[in-house]
Amino acid sequence: MPISLRALFALPLAVLLSIASISPSRADEVQEATQLLKQGHPTQALERINAFLAAHPKDAKGRFLKGLILAEQSKTAEAIKVFSALTEDYPELPEPYNNLAVLHAVQGQYDKAKTALEMAIRTHPSYAVAHENLGDIYAKMATQAYDRALQLDRGNAAAQTKLALIRELFSGTGKPAKPAAKLEASKVPMAAAPAAPLPPVVKPPPVAAPALPAAKPPVSSEDSASAAKSNAETGAVAQALENWAQAWSSNNVPAYLGHYAKDFAPPAGATRSAWEATRRQLVAKPRKISVAITDLKVTFPEPNKATASFVQDYRSGAMKSVISKTLVLVKTDGKWLIQREQVGKK
Amino acid sequence: MDRLFSAAVTFAAFCLSMAAWGMGESPRPAAVHAAAETPEAQLVNGLLDVVHNRLDSALGRIDRLLQSNPNFRLAHLVKGDILLARTRSIATLGGGSDAPTERLEGLREEAVARVRRFRQVVTGEKLPAYLLQLDAKQKYAVVVDAERSTLYVFENRQGTPRYLADYYISIGRNGVRKAAEGDRRTPLGVYQVVASLPKEKLADFYGDGAFPINYPNEWDRRHGRKGHGIWLHGTPSDTYSRPPMASDGCIVLSNQDLRNLTARLQVGSTPVVIAERVEWVDPASLRASRKDLLSAVESWRKDWESRDMGRYLGHYSAKFSGNGLDFKQWAKQKQQVNQAKRWIKIRIGEMGAFLYPGREQLAVVDFVQDYASSNLSQRGHKRQYWLKEGSRWKIVYEGAA
Repeated sequence: MPISLRALFALPLAVLLSIASISPSRADEVQEATQLLKQGHPTQALERINAFLAAHPKDAKGRFLKGLILAEQSKTAEAIKVFSALTEDYPELPEPYNNLAVLHAVQGQYDKAKTALEMAIRTHPSYAVAHENLGDIYAKMATQAYDRALQLDRGNAAAQTKLALIRELFSGTGKPAKPAAKLEASKVPMAAAPAAPLPPVVKPPPVAAPALPAAKPPVSSEDSASAAKSNAETGAVAQALENWAQAWSSNNVPAYLGHYAKDFAPPAGATRSAWEATRRQLVAKPRKISVAITDLKVTFPEPNKATASFVQDYRSGAMKSVISKTLVLVKTDGKWLIQREQVGKK
Repeated sequence: MDRLFSAAVTFAAFCLSMAAWGMGESPRPAAVHAAAETPEAQLVNGLLDVVHNRLDSALGRIDRLLQSNPNFRLAHLVKGDILLARTRSIATLGGGSDAPTERLEGLREEAVARVRRFRQVVTGEKLPAYLLQLDAKQKYAVVVDAERSTLYVFENRQGTPRYLADYYISIGRNGVRKAAEGDRRTPLGVYQVVASLPKEKLADFYGDGAFPINYPNEWDRRHGRKGHGIWLHGTPSDTYSRPPMASDGCIVLSNQDLRNLTARLQVGSTPVVIAERVEWVDPASLRASRKDLLSAVESWRKDWESRDMGRYLGHYSAKFSGNGLDFKQWAKQKQQVNQAKRWIKIRIGEMGAFLYPGREQLAVVDFVQDYASSNLSQRGHKRQYWLKEGSRWKIVYEGAA
């Protein structure tokens, strides 16, 4: 079977279709689905091709078209399944490998994309589209590697690739792909899929701030300047916490809630609004509250992020609790806001 | 894929030119290469694969290296080059990146330093000229070659050093000869580890530990050199290694290397000699300079015991200063003290003796001194700096250690 298939694939599409007309209905149905896709009706195209595949589950051309339709619909994972199965059933065909690679790349999985393209080229060493695509994948991976090497953050700006999906099966075996058969990924809806996440930027490492008011942790003079800077930041964090405790102690709900960042993660998976409601109630409740902070230790895991551990002495009427607490704060518009609050040490 | 592979040739040429850097003389024992592949060896072997146009093998190596050391930035750079070298010509390390040159500079320097380190070939049993004698309690000694970005560890074998290990390091971004606070230079001289700061007490910036050394020492202070806080320390958790000249004066090791070194650093004892470029000598030559210096010390001891003030003071340089006294004041004080004595007995032991790196013929001697006399006895740690004036060693500094 594979041998006769390969013989067919070597022929131009028109010839192929005429040979395939031994079973005319088969060619017609795939042709119709192709037309529907070209006319911008992927849903109908998918229905048609599914109906066809129900009767001819092994048909390579039909499955290939289904993969294309799914890709067109941005159903990348499903499209990957289709092309992946095709590469298993027809390992000698380069086109499914190529498209599989393009879809992996859309998902940011460049290693997988690279492997698939290398397979496509292994089966057909002069397969131009795969070569071009592989070049793009190498470039993409190189950019990622360079970014990690140089700690650059390009955001998603550089994540554009110009990978070509093969639009027709049997298009490029042994011959360069026709320009018409090559579509840039950016022109199909798939291109809108989320770009590959780049590794997070790592800023020059901060120097830990001296604990306040406990003994200063050692800081080499090597970094006295940044140490001084982080001293100032430690002061700012300490001040923010002081204000937070003050707002809490004076039953000032807006001021209290104002100390929490937009992306504050409420404990125990509560929603933000449920948490706020509870806090409003507890903080506003007219009674004397006193909150004192002692043994504060602040570190800066990232330049605009602080971890503050301290002992919180909370008194309200007969209620008294002394607990250790750890807050994660983020600096937002020059203000230190609470992003996470947890009881106990980090 | 031949057409793609051939594009690697210019990059390979660059790697070759880099590799050629390492062909010079050097003392590193060859056996080190046979050991399990260090990250550095993996990196350099990856580059050698590129040289031999084995891009697949090169990429495999670098990928494995990055799997175990995901923060090795230089390896990421090389990976980028290997990938691009398949489709276009990469003329220099990081050549495919559009990053500004100054950002690439540090990584390129690290590549050159590491290739150079790796290609060092043993040229015999040579030893650093500085480690004249180690005290029995000094189990190890550290020698830093600033130019070669290398820290060597030696083991004390009956007072004589024996090579144990070496590590890639970073030094001050402005180089060596620290003289002022904030000059971002690494001091040159003979120092000691004076403290150990565990990871828990440190900012992430310093990595898995830090070992302050006693900069500025007596000699530095005498020359008005300022600054403090020169440490041996590790790297931040997101950084495998830093470029060769990157610190503000500290000596920075990868955390893995720092952990290996930690077991061998004795607070208050381990000598750390920092040289711009280490001078390597034959063991025989090292023995000769040890004998030369130690016989001067012995002669000083005897002359002190003899209470012959002319001979005793003849060991001191006119440039002497110590305990806040210059030579004249020192001579006067010693004359007064010694005249009152009917006898003096001096015993010295636990001696470490080090030649100072640099052009000057300077040596540092540390020992325990047992002093007994007709009217006073005491025991204490002493440090002397000896300077060779003409053909004679003379004391230029003396004080408690």
